Amino acid sequence: MLDNTNTKVQLEGKVRIPSGCAISGIFAQDGELFSGRDIITSIAVMHDRSNGLGGGFAGYGIYPKHKDKYAIHMFYDSEDDRGKAERRINKYFSYVLSEQIPTQKHPNIKDAPLIYRYFAEPLTEQLEKAQIDEREYVARFALRVNADEDELKGAHVISCGKNMGIFKANGFPEDVGEFYKLDEYKGYCWTAHGRYPTNTPGWWGGAHPFGLLDYSVVHNGEISSYDANRRYLEMFGYTCSLQTDTEAITYIVDYLNRKQGLELEDVAKVMAAPFWSTIERMDEKEKAAYTFLRRRYGNLLVTGPFSIMLGFTGGLMVLGDRLKLRSMVCGHQQNKFYAASEECAIRAICPEIQGIHSPRSGEAVIVRLEENK
Amino acid sequence: MDLYVYPEFEVVRNEKKCICCQACSRQCANLVHSYDEATDCMEADDSKCVNCHRCVTLCPTKALKIVKSDHTFRPNANWSQATINELYLQANSGGVLLSSMGNPQPHPSYFDRLLLNASQVTNPSIDPLREPMETKVFLGRKTPVPPLEANNTTAVPEPYNPDGTLKTEMSPQIELSMPLMFSAMSYGSISYNAHASLARAATQLGICYNTGEGGLHKDFYQYGPNTIVQVASGRFGIHADYLDAGAAVEIKMGQGAKPGIGGHLPGKKNVGQVAQTRMTPEGSDAISPAPHHDIYSIEDLRQLVYSLKEATGNRKPIIVKIAAVHNVAAIASGIARSGADIIAIDGFRGGTGAAPTRIRDNVGIPIELALACVDARLRDEGIRDDVSLVVGGSIRSSADWIKAIALGADACYIATGALMALGCHLCRSCHTALCNWGIATQRPDLVKRLNPEIGTQHLVNLVHAWQHELKEVMGGMGINSVEALRGNRLMLRAVGMTKEEMNMLGVKMAGESA
Ligand code: SF4
Ligand code: SF4
Ligand code: SF4
Repeated sequence: MLDNTNTKVQLEGKVRIPSGCAISGIFAQDGELFSGRDIITSIAVMHDRSNGLGGGFAGYGIYPKHKDKYAIHMFYDSEDDRGKAERRINKYFSYVLSEQIPTQKHPNIKDAPLIYRYFAEPLTEQLEKAQIDEREYVARFALRVNADEDELKGAHVISCGKNMGIFKANGFPEDVGEFYKLDEYKGYCWTAHGRYPTNTPGWWGGAHPFGLLDYSVVHNGEISSYDANRRYLEMFGYTCSLQTDTEAITYIVDYLNRKQGLELEDVAKVMAAPFWSTIERMDEKEKAAYTFLRRRYGNLLVTGPFSIMLGFTGGLMVLGDRLKLRSMVCGHQQNKFYAASEECAIRAICPEIQGIHSPRSGEAVIVRLEENK
Repeated sequence: MDLYVYPEFEVVRNEKKCICCQACSRQCANLVHSYDEATDCMEADDSKCVNCHRCVTLCPTKALKIVKSDHTFRPNANWSQATINELYLQANSGGVLLSSMGNPQPHPSYFDRLLLNASQVTNPSIDPLREPMETKVFLGRKTPVPPLEANNTTAVPEPYNPDGTLKTEMSPQIELSMPLMFSAMSYGSISYNAHASLARAATQLGICYNTGEGGLHKDFYQYGPNTIVQVASGRFGIHADYLDAGAAVEIKMGQGAKPGIGGHLPGKKNVGQVAQTRMTPEGSDAISPAPHHDIYSIEDLRQLVYSLKEATGNRKPIIVKIAAVHNVAAIASGIARSGADIIAIDGFRGGTGAAPTRIRDNVGIPIELALACVDARLRDEGIRDDVSLVVGGSIRSSADWIKAIALGADACYIATGALMALGCHLCRSCHTALCNWGIATQRPDLVKRLNPEIGTQHLVNLVHAWQHELKEVMGGMGINSVEALRGNRLMLRAVGMTKEEMNMLGVKMAGESA
């Protein structure tokens, strides 16, 4: 329940809360489905980078039975809120299954909201009426529910992509993983996040990853361009209702990749653009492309420290800021790609890994399923 | 008999220091000083002094100072001394009061009540001496050019060519090394040497200066890439080569110092090459009509925008400059939809070479509020990418400049500040054409006083100093590229404002968390 005894402290979304973090990700390039156990073990090593005020995971390939349906994960403050939200869901979607997401009691995880998931598809009639494509339809639904301060105040869309899901809570990430029994799921990609907010009422919805459609973002840092980015994104119907960097970054990716049609490689060049002095030294063709991206999308340049992991269907992108102000290392071993804030988080699950390295500042490392290449 | 107005200033000469060299009398074009041979003494006619400090600066023994007269009327909180004197002047002359430079009235400044942010602990500040700190900007439309007949289509164009490379074509833009330009001041209102200084400094700095409405002297075509050419309602000095000479064309619809009325160059200044450049008869008053007589509405503006685009082969961005007036947000929105690439807004404190005093002091609104509401309005309508916003109207320091960018400006215009770097002492007498500093005058002996080399250097110094300050502040905020400061209103906090004022500016109260 969103049952805050200290009512003077403002909830995330009403106030912007700086935080530091730990992140980790594992990706099986051959599409092997592996249990969520490893990612829990990995993020647990970086216990000291979190402070128990938020942890979460994103898994891809975890719902093979319903892989063509949008897996909508929801938090509700109360049964009443669930009723209201389900009426809204029913208005726009039909679903084959709605259920409580299985959890187990955990001594460190308290104040849980009602946690539900729906495997849904848009109602054809509504979709046609809206005259927008299916993904836009789902995205608008999620954005509107989350920005609703009124009737649906107590309902939050946590994730809404196909064959993926986000699991998050107020607590240390390893405890959150156990709470959701993630070792019972199998996916080809997992990311995890442990949070170190400087001040927070500890709200479940404020934990990360943050997701929209099949995009999920875990992020470590505090971006100084936040309000410039946010105000720009608002022009295109995005409301940063949580006031977090992660949310803004997710929307930047959604806007550039899905709406503007830029490849993720180019999305990275917008967000962590090289300095003009570097662009100056490029060959003509590259210079033209980089210059165009900065001129066209300069409002989505992200400054200040960040390292992020972006999960998407069939792939994972790792990106750091243009000055490399936040740590991130990555490496390959056999069929798997690993990335984390600290090397120890990778060694904990893959001690034999060779050639761990740090991507350069602003360098995007993108791995995709072999079948997609 | 005229009603007597006691001089505002008194010239104080320290007789012990004065060596009767008469430099002061040679320097003062207002003929204040004179030498009395009979007494071997210097004399001064206080009534003519405009307090420009020329004599004070050049007196070799520093024997001079100008003080405000302590002569007084019976104190009256309602009738200030200035109000009484101005009333007498009008009773004498029957005319409109004329004045120049910016609004001197004590209206509240919003810039002064905005404070900037810096990083502590949770994210690092960046040291501009050790890390790159980018100030380069491009001004102009960011979205693809709409053809004249298109009715705002929303379809997103495919970003890649069939061979997989990015489509990199863009609407024409101006590139600036930093988001600052010298605002419009016509050749005529200011001197040849002042223009030369601005043009050369803009070129050295990688920014632009603006011709104003007086055309472009043939000597300055060489600075074209750093020049914005203006088209005002008088259409002075406009021909095909002129339009093509600059980096952009600015349509002047209005000016902050005198919204609603046109430019006015007194015949005294419209002489020689000034008249030639303007293509007007020498010695005649060059008066621009209040409106453009081919623009009575927004559709007409659209036609002029597109004519100028066509005339320049679609290679130059078109700027539309307006004064900040009450309905500025709606007007700006209309301009953004008229095909303009850049909107320039001039606040009510902006300077001028000549304006009716009552208009200068009472018409228009502060630039901070105009900027905040225009930026918000264009975003609400989803068309902020279609135009860049340039603001001016009393950007006095890098602090004002930085705050304007954080409020949402793509760049700022400075003019009064630039003239001060050239020596202007804000005597507000430009309309008399007797500027002792060689700026707002066309009298050759006065113009000569402004050395364009030194003028250029002072302008370059000033702008570099501001750029350093911008970088320091950005670094402190953890921002290393000025795009990320633009519209970043969380970097601003208000002190001493009402809720409405903070709402209008879109900023929070100091002490409030983000
Ligand atoms: S007008 Fe200027 S130069 Fe003349 S006396 Fe006054 S201050 Fe000196
Ligand atoms: S310039 Fe100075 S020293 Fe020379 S006459 Fe004037 S007041 Fe005297
Ligand atoms: S430009 Fe010249 S006349 Fe105008 S205010 Fe400055 S010093 Fe006075």
